[in-house]
Amino acid sequence: MSLSIFKPYDPEHNNSRSCCCGRHSNAQEHLADELRQQELASLNRVRDPETLNQDVIEEALMRALFPDDHVRRDFLRAVGVNTARAAIASVLPMASLQAMAQEKKGSIEKKDLKVGFIAITCAAPLIMADPLGFYKKQGLNVSLHKTAGWALIRDKMVNKEFDASHFLSPMPLAMSMGLGTNPTQMRIATIQNINGQAITLHVKHKDKRDPRQWKGFKLAIPFEYSMHNFLLRYYLAEHGLDPDKDVQLRVTPPPEMVANLRAGNIDGFLGPDPFNQRAVYDEVGFIHILSKEIWDGHPCCAFGMSDDFVKQNPNTFAALYRAVLNAAAMAHDSAHRSLVAKVIAPVAYLNQPETVVEQVLTGRYADGLGNIKNVPNRADFDPLPWYSMGVWILSQMKRWGYIKGEVDYKTITEKIFLLTDAKKYMKELGQTSPESGYKKFKIMGKEFDANSADTYVNSFTIKR
Amino acid sequence: MANHLGLRAALISLLIFLLFLAGWHFATLPPTTTSAATVAPQTQQDEDYAKLMGKSKESESKVTGFPNPAQMGLAMRKHLSDPFYDNGPNDKGIGIQLGYSLARVGLGFSIAALVAIPLGFVLGMSPLMQRALNPFIQILKPISPLAWMPLALYTIKDSSISGVFVIFICSIWPMLLNTSFGVAAVRREWINVARTLEVSALRKALLVILPAAAPTILTGMRISMGIAWLVIVAAEMLVGGTGIGYFVWNEWNNLSLTSVMFAILLIGVVGMLLDLIFARLQQFVSYVD
Repeated sequence: MSLSIFKPYDPEHNNSRSCCCGRHSNAQEHLADELRQQELASLNRVRDPETLNQDVIEEALMRALFPDDHVRRDFLRAVGVNTARAAIASVLPMASLQAMAQEKKGSIEKKDLKVGFIAITCAAPLIMADPLGFYKKQGLNVSLHKTAGWALIRDKMVNKEFDASHFLSPMPLAMSMGLGTNPTQMRIATIQNINGQAITLHVKHKDKRDPRQWKGFKLAIPFEYSMHNFLLRYYLAEHGLDPDKDVQLRVTPPPEMVANLRAGNIDGFLGPDPFNQRAVYDEVGFIHILSKEIWDGHPCCAFGMSDDFVKQNPNTFAALYRAVLNAAAMAHDSAHRSLVAKVIAPVAYLNQPETVVEQVLTGRYADGLGNIKNVPNRADFDPLPWYSMGVWILSQMKRWGYIKGEVDYKTITEKIFLLTDAKKYMKELGQTSPESGYKKFKIMGKEFDANSADTYVNSFTIKR
Repeated sequence: MANHLGLRAALISLLIFLLFLAGWHFATLPPTTTSAATVAPQTQQDEDYAKLMGKSKESESKVTGFPNPAQMGLAMRKHLSDPFYDNGPNDKGIGIQLGYSLARVGLGFSIAALVAIPLGFVLGMSPLMQRALNPFIQILKPISPLAWMPLALYTIKDSSISGVFVIFICSIWPMLLNTSFGVAAVRREWINVARTLEVSALRKALLVILPAAAPTILTGMRISMGIAWLVIVAAEMLVGGTGIGYFVWNEWNNLSLTSVMFAILLIGVVGMLLDLIFARLQQFVSYVD
């Protein structure tokens, strides 16, 4: 097996993660595992973390710019690698991002770090960095703390019990603005994962696949300031349901979602994995749609820390950043997904049956209706915190009345999403800072332009 | 005669227990229907699907529905065979978890006792203070531990101290009220004797009132310990990290009812042992007029 991960400028390299699983039949499971272990060992030995960082950033950019493999390959063949590199650098501060990722000046200020996480697959890069030794390699002694819920993550970050944490991407925005807590400036270093959520319904609703039939449903979401809440509200509203009047949205910690679904307390949930798959595995629910069907490539969880921490421990931060980027690079490659499932499934981390986690990460899963689906990018890992994602989150907070009055979307986002730092670094390097880290995307067919967020908010019929 | 009664009672207890086990066993027998679900999969597709659902032959270990006594026994053996392993912050043996909980309870309870017993003396000896503080005690007494938790986290800014604080605040009231009641109820004659002998206030408190009120104070402590042990599980489920409450929560995460039931059993046994200790202490200080 070759080390094929992250060759962003290799036109032959197929980075669409199309080769998923199916490689190893049952009989060869053991052998395949051994191979993967060897591969991992060689990956750690051969790949220099710096190159990997560089590649993961460029890879993310290339993929974002050219989601279609053929287009990307054609483009690279037509203009050549160097031109492509220059063209992309003009759009995003790649060099400074890489410079920041590689910076190794000075010693690590704080070696022992406490990092919080919620036991869901969204945290895969953050978690796997521990058993696979990515933190150690950066000279960090990270202890991961499984936390009971998002509110507690918020409190422990505000209390400074944790140095850094797994977040829902809207949380640092809400915390920095003082929504639901007193304002504490937070930063998003990387997006942990994209996609990877689903709407799961109770098995008794197998015949109610049209959301218009969901009037009166009780649906669970993990937290108010979550992509789950905003995506579910968006999805319901697109089908003519007012999420505040026609259904009941209940904040429920993910592990309790399945238990509540079984008890019939809720009709369904838009929640993180592995709990969607777990509901299927336990035969209490079926997967109605994956969240990628609402917005393909949506951000979900993030990795962040307080602004104070970044300022006080710049080298520690850089080391942490590198470790998580390395992990994200590895998790992104479909060839490693089974291995990732294996290392994050044990009691200390997700505490779930390995087959459940594996179905989520490889995208070959049972949907609870008797079908086997094959969706390799059901969950994906793409660390770049695009500003436009932050602006979309704010636009939905505005839409549903979480924030009132004038909203300075871009200023708020740029303060919190770490691409801001990249711009600063560029200026210091004497380069003209690029226009932006904004890209457009489509949510249920409707295009979102961060430049006209207010117009976007006003274009919805159902809003507060 | 007494012995004979004890033996008979033990026999009946055993019988009830066996009946309970049998009832449990039969209630959790898998349904013996010949529905489509139990029919062997026909095609490769069906077989794959069954495997993803954890229902193929290789994945016997999947537990669905309510666990039966045998599964419970296996879980107990698994947890008890290695109670003190430590695989990092999120995976520790049941013994270590229990240790954390007991330490928290011990600490919170001790601080509560240090505050409640002297304060109880003051209240018991001074009817004025008793009346003045009573409204506060009555309002604070019925507040649930879980209601305190967000407030504690916000102000103390440390989750494990918050846990101890919640135990403190919930276990202080029975001790306070019982101490003040016990002190106030010391016989007038004894106090009068002390007064005629011109004993100092401290000697009076330690040598006359304390022994007289000790059984009541210990009753208060016994009630408080029961409450503290109730509170710790709830607090740890909320705050997480370590302890038997965290263990329950973590196994809930995994939807493992067997382990949750094992933890429930253990919580009951430990609670009973704690109560027994205080019962012994109570016997030790009681006296017959």
